[in-house]
Amino acid sequence: MSTIEKSTEPAEAPTVPPAPNRLRDVTRQLLATRRVLVGIGILALLAVLAFVGPLVSGWEVGQRDFGALLEEPSADHWMGTNRTGQDIFTQSTAGLQKSLLIGLLVALLSTGVAALVGAFAGYFGGVTDKALMWVADLALVLPSFVILAILSKHFVGQGGWLVLVILLAAFSWMVTSKMVRGLTISLREREYIHAARFMGVPPHRIILRHILPNMSSLLIADATIMVSAAVIGETALSYFGLGVQSPDISLGVVIAAGSSFATTAPWMFAFPTVLLVLMVLAVNMIGDGLRDALDPMSTSRRS
Amino acid sequence: MGKFLARRLLNYVVLVFLATSFAYLLAATNLYPRGYFEQMQPPPTPEAVNAQLDALNLNDQTPLAQRYTTWLGGVLQGDFGRTIQGGDVTDQMWMKAGVTLRLITVATLLGSAIGIAVGAYAAVRQYRRFDKAATGVSFFVLSVPTVVIALVVQVLAVAINDGLGFQLLRYSGEYSAGFDGAWWELLGNRIHHAILPTFVLAVALFAAFARYQRNMMLDVLNADFVRTAMAKGLTRRRALLRHALRTALIPTITYFTFTFGALVSGATFTEKIYGWHGMGAWLIDSIFRQDVHVVAAVSWFMAVTIMAASFLSDILYAWLDPRVRV
Repeated sequence: MSTIEKSTEPAEAPTVPPAPNRLRDVTRQLLATRRVLVGIGILALLAVLAFVGPLVSGWEVGQRDFGALLEEPSADHWMGTNRTGQDIFTQSTAGLQKSLLIGLLVALLSTGVAALVGAFAGYFGGVTDKALMWVADLALVLPSFVILAILSKHFVGQGGWLVLVILLAAFSWMVTSKMVRGLTISLREREYIHAARFMGVPPHRIILRHILPNMSSLLIADATIMVSAAVIGETALSYFGLGVQSPDISLGVVIAAGSSFATTAPWMFAFPTVLLVLMVLAVNMIGDGLRDALDPMSTSRRS
Repeated sequence: MGKFLARRLLNYVVLVFLATSFAYLLAATNLYPRGYFEQMQPPPTPEAVNAQLDALNLNDQTPLAQRYTTWLGGVLQGDFGRTIQGGDVTDQMWMKAGVTLRLITVATLLGSAIGIAVGAYAAVRQYRRFDKAATGVSFFVLSVPTVVIALVVQVLAVAINDGLGFQLLRYSGEYSAGFDGAWWELLGNRIHHAILPTFVLAVALFAAFARYQRNMMLDVLNADFVRTAMAKGLTRRRALLRHALRTALIPTITYFTFTFGALVSGATFTEKIYGWHGMGAWLIDSIFRQDVHVVAAVSWFMAVTIMAASFLSDILYAWLDPRVRV
């Protein structure tokens, strides 16, 4: 009995250096980059503001205070009110919440699609590659702005902003997917991929288990940049009334409402604009820092 | 080489055709021209509305396939149909295209020239004060949406005008309505109106180009051929300008053509905010007017410019960089 038991126990392992823990390495590198830290700090503050702000301001989103129309910032209305007596602080923070959500969702979706399309095209090559890259080319040529604007009437109503998210994502995956494809083609010939293939691992498993994790750093950095691109796109569309539709509210909507009062009632314009710029700046700082920290080719590039 | 380009060109033509058809079909199914006529005061009879829609090939009671073939037949002969007010789309399109192209040509040339100069110099002075300042500024500008830049500049212009008591900066329209004078006064008036929108577009481009050029230049600066040039006895300035900058400009030139193509739609916001009647502003107005043919025509124009730009950058790249020649 005892001998059998002994044999199943793992043999005394020779001392090997601990396996490199990629996650820990990356985290350490990131924490050493000041830009990333500052960005994460600002973004965390903004996120708190976005989710707590509308709750503590004392006013409901869209609620009208007819006793205070177009009023300057005061104790009652921290950032003033607009022409119909809506509280700018509440509107802006609620808008920030939606803009953040839109940015994150679009980045998640489009990076996911880009990774899958690029990896499948690069791994299989041949007809699959041609077909997928042709679709990407077509999506690049389609005037995305025109299409989003035409379809803007579908953004109305409950959950309408999700349609906007899907469409924004549908027009932002192409460039990343081409990059992923290029990397996949170079990874495809590595020994460990060959080994996996000869062991009979099915292609979709190889792609998901071996290829994509190997470019995760690139994908993360790219997703971060995508967040800011999506937020900027959403703001621009909303500014012309072609993006997020009421009763939903986003930063673009608040800024658009404030822009015509920018000289007479600057608080209507300044507060949401500052929030927007801060958010995009923070996201870009994180993305830029991530790219530097994770890409060995680009070290010592920036101060 | 010629075969390669011909295949590329054919591919582009197919893509433009598909993109335009897609835009037309989407616009025809989602916009509602009937509503435009029904809203008129006094309300026209349903027969009159139908007659109007039929005349414009916009009637939603006609099968979509039939409307599409009629429209396509016209497009193949260079006729993009009529606007919802009855005007000729093709004529108006070239007028609007002129406005947009004027605006973005000056802006891209200005923005890219300054951006390239700043970026290249920043790379030479890596980690010095100039580099840090330039990198910081371009990073900040890239984080501000163009809409916000355009609005803030406009607000500042209003404030400056108010402070001075006269109109130093014009921020609305292409020229003063009813302005009359000799041709140089008219030209001066137009330039006066163009300053701010051009500035807004150029600022955003400056940031992108400065960043791009800095990276390209850094790649080249430590290359062997630059060291060889200096070892041959060239001055540092000459080696940097003649050898390093020239090489680093190759990718930037292709980036330039690409930016130019993308800016046709990218200038939409600036045009709209500054009251310029270019392509982008036309597009937004026509979507609110339910004008299917204009939307399709603008999509065609945007697709063609993007394709032309990337075709041009293919050619330029092959011409400038001997390594890609096949």
